[in-house]
Amino acid sequence: MLKMNRREALKSALGAGLAAAAAGKLSAASASETIDLPFGNGERPLVAYPGKRPLIVLTSRPPQLETPFSVFDEGIFTPNDAFFVRYHLAGIPLKIDPDAFRLNIQGKVDTPLSLSVAELKNSFEPVELAAVNQCSGNSRGFFEPRVAGGQLANGAMGNARWKGVALKTLLAKASVHAGAVQVSFQGLDRPVLPETPTFMKALDLDHALDGEVMIAYAMNGEDLPWLNGFPIRLIVPGCYGTYWVKHLNEIRVLDAPLDSFWMKTAYRIPNNACACTEPGKAPTSTVPIGRFNVRSFLTNVTDGATVKANSNLGLRGVAFDGGYGVSDVAISVDDGKTWTRATLGEDFGKYSFREWKANISLAPGKRRVMVRGANRIGQTQPLEPLWNPAGYMRNVVEVTNVIAE
Amino acid sequence: MKRIAIPFLVSLAAVASSAIAGPLVYQLPPETAELKPGPGVDSAALCTACHSADYITTQPRGKGKAFWQGEVRKMIKVYGAPIGDEDAATIASYLAATY
Repeated sequence: MLKMNRREALKSALGAGLAAAAAGKLSAASASETIDLPFGNGERPLVAYPGKRPLIVLTSRPPQLETPFSVFDEGIFTPNDAFFVRYHLAGIPLKIDPDAFRLNIQGKVDTPLSLSVAELKNSFEPVELAAVNQCSGNSRGFFEPRVAGGQLANGAMGNARWKGVALKTLLAKASVHAGAVQVSFQGLDRPVLPETPTFMKALDLDHALDGEVMIAYAMNGEDLPWLNGFPIRLIVPGCYGTYWVKHLNEIRVLDAPLDSFWMKTAYRIPNNACACTEPGKAPTSTVPIGRFNVRSFLTNVTDGATVKANSNLGLRGVAFDGGYGVSDVAISVDDGKTWTRATLGEDFGKYSFREWKANISLAPGKRRVMVRGANRIGQTQPLEPLWNPAGYMRNVVEVTNVIAE
Repeated sequence: MKRIAIPFLVSLAAVASSAIAGPLVYQLPPETAELKPGPGVDSAALCTACHSADYITTQPRGKGKAFWQGEVRKMIKVYGAPIGDEDAATIASYLAATY
């Protein structure tokens, strides 16, 4: 009886639709197409959500959609309909009135603001920036030993041109009080249960005022896709996606650091230079995750491909870092003994994907093509993967296995 | 861009370019995963009150009971899942045996 009572209580807390799910009555749709990600238990459905092409479904409720890796060879900017999706809480907004939507700026300010999307578009100087967004747990599925969390391959990243209003401009209009230390951000998404910590993130005031942190209303020249934060989201160039709050409707200036599960417990990394621990070990102290490390990828040759031996093989791919700017990409086909410098493509700014190209010739046989990026402050990528318990910040030198014949 | 669902784009464009007021709606496709049958699956169905079954089914396989006990504990302690000790133990056993 006790068991039933608990279950009944849960059902009543959830409303009819979710109660049906709780009782296991929700029927699962069968996906016609699937993809096998290259790690254990990596089979995923491919589903086209409204506004999206078929993407890799990591989870349905809330939606977490990964970009198929082949998209990154289509161009330096990730199309809106292919851009990855990551929510935390199942109460995502499914109805939004763009005319009624308001962004509220309050807390330790002289002049609280309540701004419509039209006001954001028309009353402020627009800023534009190309920037990569990447999930903290991008590539988590490759961690060994495996760790709990979203089992992603390398597709929880994307590069877009963002247009909006600098947060600095809005905070200046609101006039921040002396003594303010942080700014918090919340969007329309909510937990299913009131007991679940609602998703809130914060930036230190200096960071919020750096002129690059932006409230974006356009992505690659169009309205934001619904699942990427329509009508507006926060853009935090060079930093992991956890800070890029979607459907952003509340900004609060704080005189003490935000006391939120999502800052104080989740999204923390080992407090050391490598953000790593010995595999299987917990860190002794942690800090909030911050900027991207350096990553580089080969995009036009897939793992396991057969290529022509002893001939000119053109390689290309993308590289990025946390905002210092990619300075070098190099290729090795002898397990890292020697490296060939790649040519970098057009520079769309220090937060963007940077294209690279290289030509190599491979002797016949099984070959390992390695790609390694470096940035302007000399940060590069490790030859062996680093590990941490949450599966964040993977940036090992990527290896593509090919057969040259 | 060709494959974007046309009605969605049209509705956005209409709101952006004219005085047509009113909310836009987004229709999520059906869920794609369900829990495997097995002893304790009824208790494990409680998990799907807050998230779809793929949060479970996509985890690395064969991680064992301590892993799943830890996950169930996290859901209760951190995310406030209203699951009692008895159900929690049943769920962890089901997950360890099934996944």
